[in-house]
Amino acid sequence: MCLAVPMCVLRIEPDGTAVGDLDGVRHGVDLSLLESVAAGDYVIVHAGYAIERLDPAEAQSRIRLFQDLQTSRNADAGEGNP
Amino acid sequence: MSHSLQMAHGGGGRLSRELIEAEILPRFGQGPLQGLPDAASLELPSNRVAYSTDSFVVKPVEFPGGNIGTLAVHGTANDLAVCGAEPRWMSLALILEEGLSLDLLRRILDTIRDTANAGNIQVVTGDLKVVGRGQCDALYVNTSGIGVIQPAFALAPSHVQPGDMLLVSGPVGDHGMAVLAAREHLDFTHGPVSDTGPIYPLVRAALPWAPAIRFMRDPTRGGVAAVLNEIASGLPVDLQVDESAIPIDRRTAAVAELLGIDILQVACEGRVLAICAAGAAQHVLDAWQGCPEGRQSALIGTVTPGTGRVLLKTRTGGTRLLDIPAGELLPRIC
Amino acid sequence: MNFLEAFRDPRMAGMLRDEIHELAGRRGKRDRPLSIMEVCGTHTMAISRNGIRSMLPSTIRLISGPGCPVCVTPPGYIDAAIRLADSGTHLVTFGDLLNVPGSHSTLAEARSRGAAIHVVYSPTAAFAIAQERSGTQVVFLGIGFETTTAPIAAMVDRAHQIGIHNLSILTAFKCVPPALHILAIDPELHLDAFLCPAHVSAIIGAEAYEPVCRAHAIPCVIAGFEPLDILYGIRGILQQVLHREARVDNQYNRVVKPSGNRKALDLLARCFQPSDADWRGIGVLPASGLTFRENWSTFDAERRFDLRVEKGTVNPACQCGNVLKGKILPTACPLFGTACTPSRPIGPCMVSNEGTCSAYFRYEGKGVPS
Repeated sequence: MCLAVPMCVLRIEPDGTAVGDLDGVRHGVDLSLLESVAAGDYVIVHAGYAIERLDPAEAQSRIRLFQDLQTSRNADAGEGNP
Repeated sequence: MSHSLQMAHGGGGRLSRELIEAEILPRFGQGPLQGLPDAASLELPSNRVAYSTDSFVVKPVEFPGGNIGTLAVHGTANDLAVCGAEPRWMSLALILEEGLSLDLLRRILDTIRDTANAGNIQVVTGDLKVVGRGQCDALYVNTSGIGVIQPAFALAPSHVQPGDMLLVSGPVGDHGMAVLAAREHLDFTHGPVSDTGPIYPLVRAALPWAPAIRFMRDPTRGGVAAVLNEIASGLPVDLQVDESAIPIDRRTAAVAELLGIDILQVACEGRVLAICAAGAAQHVLDAWQGCPEGRQSALIGTVTPGTGRVLLKTRTGGTRLLDIPAGELLPRIC
Repeated sequence: MNFLEAFRDPRMAGMLRDEIHELAGRRGKRDRPLSIMEVCGTHTMAISRNGIRSMLPSTIRLISGPGCPVCVTPPGYIDAAIRLADSGTHLVTFGDLLNVPGSHSTLAEARSRGAAIHVVYSPTAAFAIAQERSGTQVVFLGIGFETTTAPIAAMVDRAHQIGIHNLSILTAFKCVPPALHILAIDPELHLDAFLCPAHVSAIIGAEAYEPVCRAHAIPCVIAGFEPLDILYGIRGILQQVLHREARVDNQYNRVVKPSGNRKALDLLARCFQPSDADWRGIGVLPASGLTFRENWSTFDAERRFDLRVEKGTVNPACQCGNVLKGKILPTACPLFGTACTPSRPIGPCMVSNEGTCSAYFRYEGKGVPS
């Protein structure tokens, strides 16, 4: 179970909730399960609640890891094909 | 006049008369409705017509991109159009809930008038009833339409054969997601916009290739998934659909992600799916892309020999069966 | 940046598919395929929707676990909810629960008979519904794994702070780690590894799997729900298997922390205590559920309405337990396709859209693509 999507926090409202953005769509996000969320943070939203932060640096490094893996595979394949 | 509808507005007496004279006749009173005869007399230009009816219940009645009035005109007109008919005449029956805001009713009647005019469709007969509070949800609309069949088309699922291609006239699922996102307590803004719109301009644009078009259908309830399964069912073919080729609006995709809904099971109200012979597919696509209603048209798949399945080549590179939707679209958390 | 799209790149997916085929090939011929259980229904959904099974070699078998907390909600819970609704209480529920069968009926059927049942996306909507109807009792149907339990706890905490007195929760919360222990020791399942859920783990943390992993020497790989996450997770499992390792491997570290969401876990511990819980199709598992602590009991619908959640009855012929464990095919169940269909499901394997029985019902005879 547990559909949840990453949303970018656009702003924090006076009541402590956030406005989250996913591809231009805005949706209210309850922040009471996280400490000190700020505008610009990415959070994982499940049933209207931010349940955890998403670390963009870790995400980027994972994407780089995929790219490196592909590069090294291509290089390996290249060795076999003079 | 008061600001909300009373039972007496539908009672056939003075208030009924006032409502018809103030709201209906100024909008629809030209042509056959003039003088309010009990039935419309129509001059048919040919002896082959298409006739279709549909009832419209939507909550909320107004949503981004349209309202129940746009749906009531496009819904029936599009059912005629996918049969290769040019929509010409329409009936309009309204069931209104006591207490309905007259301003809302006027907005919807304006929309019906404008939408019908834009499609060159005449509202030629109609009816209006008022029911007690709680007996309906704001208002229900029924429209029936008559269209003139273009003889060049010979459309039937059984004409579909291996080698044919699948086309869709624009992004899918926008209507259903727009309505769902507009429901109370869902708290979306800048969400999807309904695609409610006319299909006949696309059918007209495809007329030069009409003999090559095997079948057309508008993917309303149940979305693309339901329509493709209906087409394939019982035929000795499989429909091979390429997920990455299907146009999808990113706002619709975002709401679908949040609510856990498969966009291919979500209704469109202004799109058409066509299956046509491979040789004509690119021509039809070009013609559609030249229409404002079809700018984002795309080739989304092919027909192969098979057993009546709809197979989706996923963006990830896997293959799965595209299934018939279960029914009610519900936000999921799982 | 869209962090969903980045993890759906088809070229990378193809590359990971090739990696998996190579690693599986290196494992060589075996008597039986490598059995990986995806514990979470959302993984099951993502695997199905992306056609991931069709990308794997036949030497890897993905087994769908208990599914989701919705599918494993026992019939007695649905019966109790229907009794509440029939007595005039307004129910607020996630859409997932509407078609889960009770002993005799479903919430969808109760709604069609006139029961007030509000379908919501977020527990926060329950505030508005309760506040709009201050003279009416409103009950939120509290089902969920840790992911959902935490937001519901936050909702209860907030209702307490702002003093909403007509709102309570009917709980059927489930915890994932206790179920893993039971599944790992089942000799008939022959599990080789767990693909651990993404968002449950966001709450409980990667370390929560250490006891299961160590006790049963079984690889536990935490993966996100996007196709690249799932493929890379399977690759990670293969690497552990090839190296004869059994580690907890957190491949969703952009979200999941070793010790989880501390604030959420503290809130859960403050509101709830562990309890035995009945899993439809599996049975009662000790300490696998959560119920309100004494000082939160005013929010407990069972106490407020002096309600007893009975066991309820599932048709005794239902074979979901055996289907779930891969012991029999759905077609061997006497109810399959007759008494039990996707429109009127009996067991969890038919309740869930991606359950084994549901998939069989819809695809058998047509052939699932391979």
